Amino acid sequence: MPESLIPIYIMGKRYEVPEGLTIMKALEWAGYQLIRGCGCRGGFCGACATVYRVPGNFRLQVGLACQTPVTPHMNLVQMPFFPANKAIYDLDKVGSPLETLLQLYPEITRCLGCNTCTSVCPQKLQPMYYVAAALRGDFARAAELSFDCIMCGLCAARCPAQLAPYNIAIFVRRYYSKHMRPKPKHLIERVAEIRAGRYDQALSELAAASEEELKKLYVNREFEKL
Amino acid sequence: MGYPREMQESIKRLEATRPFRLRQEIPRLTPEEKNRLLEQFHPDFRPDGMRPVRVGPNKGQRMQNELVDLLEAYSRIDPERVDLSHIDYDVDVLVIGGGGGGATAALIAHENGARVLLATKLRLGDSNTIMAEGGIAAATQPNDSPYLHFLDTIGGGRFQNKRELVWALVHDAPLVVEWLKDLGAMFDTHPNGDLVVSFAGGHCRRRVHSCKDLSGMEFMRVIRDELWNKRVEVLEFSPAIELLLDEKDRCAGAILMNLETHEHIIVRARAVILATGGIGRLHPNNFPTTNHYGATADGLVIAYRAGARLLHMDAIQYHPTGAAWPEQMLGQLITEALRGNGAQLVNVHGERFINELETRDVVSSAIIREVRHRKNGVRTPTGMEGVWLDTPLIDILGGEGKLDRMFAGIVHRFREYGIDVHKEPILVFPTQHYQNGGIEIDAEGRTDIPALFAAGEVAGGVQGKNRLGGNSLLDIFVFGRRAGKAAALFAKEVPPPGKLTLEHVRRYHEELAAEGIEKGRVSPLLLPDYTRPEVKQRRYS
Repeated sequence: MPESLIPIYIMGKRYEVPEGLTIMKALEWAGYQLIRGCGCRGGFCGACATVYRVPGNFRLQVGLACQTPVTPHMNLVQMPFFPANKAIYDLDKVGSPLETLLQLYPEITRCLGCNTCTSVCPQKLQPMYYVAAALRGDFARAAELSFDCIMCGLCAARCPAQLAPYNIAIFVRRYYSKHMRPKPKHLIERVAEIRAGRYDQALSELAAASEEELKKLYVNREFEKL
Repeated sequence: MGYPREMQESIKRLEATRPFRLRQEIPRLTPEEKNRLLEQFHPDFRPDGMRPVRVGPNKGQRMQNELVDLLEAYSRIDPERVDLSHIDYDVDVLVIGGGGGGATAALIAHENGARVLLATKLRLGDSNTIMAEGGIAAATQPNDSPYLHFLDTIGGGRFQNKRELVWALVHDAPLVVEWLKDLGAMFDTHPNGDLVVSFAGGHCRRRVHSCKDLSGMEFMRVIRDELWNKRVEVLEFSPAIELLLDEKDRCAGAILMNLETHEHIIVRARAVILATGGIGRLHPNNFPTTNHYGATADGLVIAYRAGARLLHMDAIQYHPTGAAWPEQMLGQLITEALRGNGAQLVNVHGERFINELETRDVVSSAIIREVRHRKNGVRTPTGMEGVWLDTPLIDILGGEGKLDRMFAGIVHRFREYGIDVHKEPILVFPTQHYQNGGIEIDAEGRTDIPALFAAGEVAGGVQGKNRLGGNSLLDIFVFGRRAGKAAALFAKEVPPPGKLTLEHVRRYHEELAAEGIEKGRVSPLLLPDYTRPEVKQRRYS
């Protein structure tokens, strides 16, 4: 370092940073110690949603600061928080899927179908399509389409109908997973065995065994085939 | 972008050996072979990586240098200047930490009738939990049992785990999977609704339950959503910087700091649950880390100052497969579930060198040996070295579409850098991942300090000296639930604490001074500092 420096604009202010850094590392290279706008640093948590423009392109571009490399003359600002609407509900006391959805998020019918949400999703999801699927009552499809959502807030920030697609999506996924997918039999049976104390004695014997005995049992255990 | 030419040469050799490797079986190491490998190559055994701590309950014991620096440091506050009569929050249970363990503890304490406040340093959900890819271990299958899960866990921990904690861990595991399913977590399932399970290193059965490769994020966002639904009070950007005790050395609350205004907040609580996570951002032995920005050992530091004993803090986990290329992804987690579904580790010549499903300590040591000692690493243009993780094998073994179905996150993140993991391998090298030890707890999450509980990565004893894959998402929920319930009961049944004091901080300062440790360094760290020295030098004020 520094190999070749390129100019970037952090909230309009010019800094020279090494080419190839992510936006997040460029912010730190410039001297920022981040409080907001920095989380897992691995593309999972949605803390570091960033919008930027490059010269010669009127379009707003988006990315996660921890995942997006800087490019020359990028002019950027982070959006670490967005005050989106979130409905309060009790998942144990909900009605039919669509009825509940419309009750909790009546604004969902305002979706204009403009697909702006898709153009700003840093996860390359298509919120318009999962919102549409939810509105059709196809919760399975909506759950699948929205699964990779990291709830960064960019879609809500840009939605002209003022939906918060990601909050709609988490309600839909939870409803679907809890009420529309059966609980597997093997899980129900194992939980019943554990509640009945079926393994308590065997576990207690292991816990009381000498280290030598444990080592022998450990070395001799059989592996399921890969 | 993609791989530069010299790396592509090595990929050709890897492709050439694939037919042979598909038939190749590498036997597991004997206990003696394992021990030799660890002693020679595991970073925990580097003589200069650790030193004895000079103060506190573990005085004289060796721990990671970076942690000792923070334990041998002064408080961020001057106890004489704090007005403890001004109480901002008075609650039954204070939960410190907003990851999986803390959020779970808060939810369960709330369900058990406690008035709960959850305080966290960054946002609710900011944690290592949210980054856990592989999944949660539990013996839910007919061919499995908690008995085998116990054996695997304690053997993986080199038989140093606290037995009662392993008992609780494996016993509660299927209950936790059911609990998450009932909260609406979207587990991977077979068409008939049965849960999909994968292998992880050191487990003798397939027992890791996943939600694609975003398991931790799925659990975290569901529990966070539920906390919001239950209207549990949450203070974000408010880390705890000191615990409060009463005159009888019972824990009685904490001092928080508003990270944005730097104002202090005094919380009085009948019980406190620490769930602040691990130490990855201290970068032990200068390794990169998979950990969240907030993983700076804050909970260890304040609990230690208050008199809590730490366990196994000489055991750090290095995950075998951190990304080594592209440079922008250095150290980021590449889930073990890839190996659990057939991806192999391959050196520069296209050869395997270890059974990929050995425990993490062993696999990491084998990779370090392959690269540093045997010089069989693959070199990147930036001088980093690593070995290949042959991801195309997953679709070859499991049918086309498996990578997209189960590892969409990995596929997506590498595609951004022009690497197609369906066709090309990933370059990996060990990266700091987990603190195996922590504050010693019992099966209800109680620490040595009355009214102080701990759960998750900050707690010690569950995992022994080396944790198995899938056992930490399990740990946070099992002990989050247990600590949440025990703390709520404690708050109900035990009379409230006496007068709040910071006497323990004064005593600790005296102990530091008696050892000749100079003022200047303060802790907890709160945020890692990645500012360049050149910038710091020019901050003249």
